[in-house]
Amino acid sequence: MNSLYYQKRLSRNIGDKFFTSLSVICALIAILPLIFLVTYILYKGGSQITPELFTLEPNPPGDDLDAGGINPALIGTLIITSIASIIAIPVGVGGGIYLAEYSKGGAFSRFIRFGVNVLAGVPSIIAGVFIYALIVSTKILFGSMYSGLAGGMALSILMLPTVIKTTDEGLKLVPNELRYASLGVGASMYTTILKVTLPSAFRSIATGVVLGIARAAGETAPLIFTALFSYYYITGFGDLFYEMGSLAVLIYNFALEPYDAQNKLAWAASFILVLSILSVNIFSRILAAFTEKTKRV
Amino acid sequence: MEEKLTLFKNRKRFGIEKNIDIIFKNTTLVLSSLVAIILLGIILVVFFQSFESFSRYGLKFLVTSEWNPVKDEYGAFTAIYGTLVTSFLSLLITIPLGVGTAIFITEDFVPKVFREIIGSFVELLAAIPSVVLGLWAIFVMEPFFRAFFVFLHNFFGWIPLFSTEPTGRNSFLAILILVVMLLPIVTSIARDSLNQVPKKLRNAAYGIGASRWKTIFSVILPAALSGIMAGVLLALGRAMGETMAVTMIIGNSNAFSWSLLSPGYTISSMLANQFGEADGSQVSSLFYAAFVLMILSLVVNIFAQWLVKKFSLKY
Repeated sequence: MNSLYYQKRLSRNIGDKFFTSLSVICALIAILPLIFLVTYILYKGGSQITPELFTLEPNPPGDDLDAGGINPALIGTLIITSIASIIAIPVGVGGGIYLAEYSKGGAFSRFIRFGVNVLAGVPSIIAGVFIYALIVSTKILFGSMYSGLAGGMALSILMLPTVIKTTDEGLKLVPNELRYASLGVGASMYTTILKVTLPSAFRSIATGVVLGIARAAGETAPLIFTALFSYYYITGFGDLFYEMGSLAVLIYNFALEPYDAQNKLAWAASFILVLSILSVNIFSRILAAFTEKTKRV
Repeated sequence: MEEKLTLFKNRKRFGIEKNIDIIFKNTTLVLSSLVAIILLGIILVVFFQSFESFSRYGLKFLVTSEWNPVKDEYGAFTAIYGTLVTSFLSLLITIPLGVGTAIFITEDFVPKVFREIIGSFVELLAAIPSVVLGLWAIFVMEPFFRAFFVFLHNFFGWIPLFSTEPTGRNSFLAILILVVMLLPIVTSIARDSLNQVPKKLRNAAYGIGASRWKTIFSVILPAALSGIMAGVLLALGRAMGETMAVTMIIGNSNAFSWSLLSPGYTISSMLANQFGEADGSQVSSLFYAAFVLMILSLVVNIFAQWLVKKFSLKY
């Protein structure tokens, strides 16, 4: 007679309650520290932001309380990430085009896709070790050892898998009718790709590429023995061939300094880095959600 | 007749256009093969650079823990042990937390809006650079856990894992920061594979009277298992190769100890610490260690891919 009603004491209901609360606890344990972490970084770093921060060189640690600014590191991060993008985007988009448009799912393309996944899993410090062995220790770049250029190359290795994957997947989503239509009116294959399929996949590719760039901007491990670090302003083109600072390496170096002034600089640099990476991520997410909505209409 | 012929003549592609087409195709072919070339290049370069150390120590390198640049004696056991222990223990903590969170997000305990916010928040956290996490670990986590470590040592000091007096940075903190880094990976992959389980399966289980958690444990989790496992393996690869946060918090000491409360080393933190200043046969030994790390992460990654292919959902 009672069987139509929910019975609290039934072992299955007690068990259900138990596991439900367990998963709520899991979610809380997982999420609360993460919320705390983000707000702490933004609060602690945000309180160190001053206008001089963006214009001054950092002072060498130890001698006085004034740590200076992070201008060279900020510019360095922009330069190194741009170098990485200049290398990785053409190679990645080109490779993605081959995989999505030309290959017919044979052994070669399967091997390359497998290689892309494996390369994505290579630890970032290995990319640094590789570039060190190939470029830094051999002084192959006009006799310069540690350089911003070498750092950019190391980062490009990490960006490459992301770019290829997003291009490949973005192009695969383009409906085949578009290709047939273009080829049918007599366009050649490369015109079809450059004028029809690439433009219609542009937004999804661009989103993936921008996310890849944001990720690369925060990478430290490949830079610590390729680009090294520098305290001085970047003044000209020639500086590409010398040690170059970056926000990520600045955070690493100054976090380990025993002086408070340097630590504060590290927090300020983290604030800038995290804020820009998070805003790029959030912006691309909103953009993706927006385009999905318009597509459905 | 004459007119028709000229029409056909114009329809022919110009030789130059044909050539551009072929050149374009081959360029993309070369660019895509670059991936394979880079991958092979990395393996070969690291292997050849480590050759000197490899021929000198052989496999003994993996089981001796002396790392002495003065005496020119090298063995990477401490670092390999540290890499394996930190990555496996952090994964052990992350799996229940991450899968539990993923279940929380995919079930309807709270309204969909909240779940989506939590989900995208977790994904955003994966974007935070590890060097920033390291900074946070040094200045916030280490002081926060100090008392807890003293407690652990006082009450569980008889277990070898907690047998040393806690002094500042140690392997346990590295494990905890790894948990923070791996949680977003495991949670988002587990969520995706739980979401891919067809609704039909859940409805069928409910229909024959299974309770919610009976359904989760007997139907949904088994169906999503391969995806979750692949995510876990990817996270393991990440944990083994993770450098910055670990280097900043693990204490970087090559003195071997079973204890998690003493400073330790991982392969990647050893590379980050010593590579810049090393010379002579130390460089070669570091390359050897890097080679070991690469093989470890390659094996894990390839196994993950194989698992995805072999056991991907067939509903």
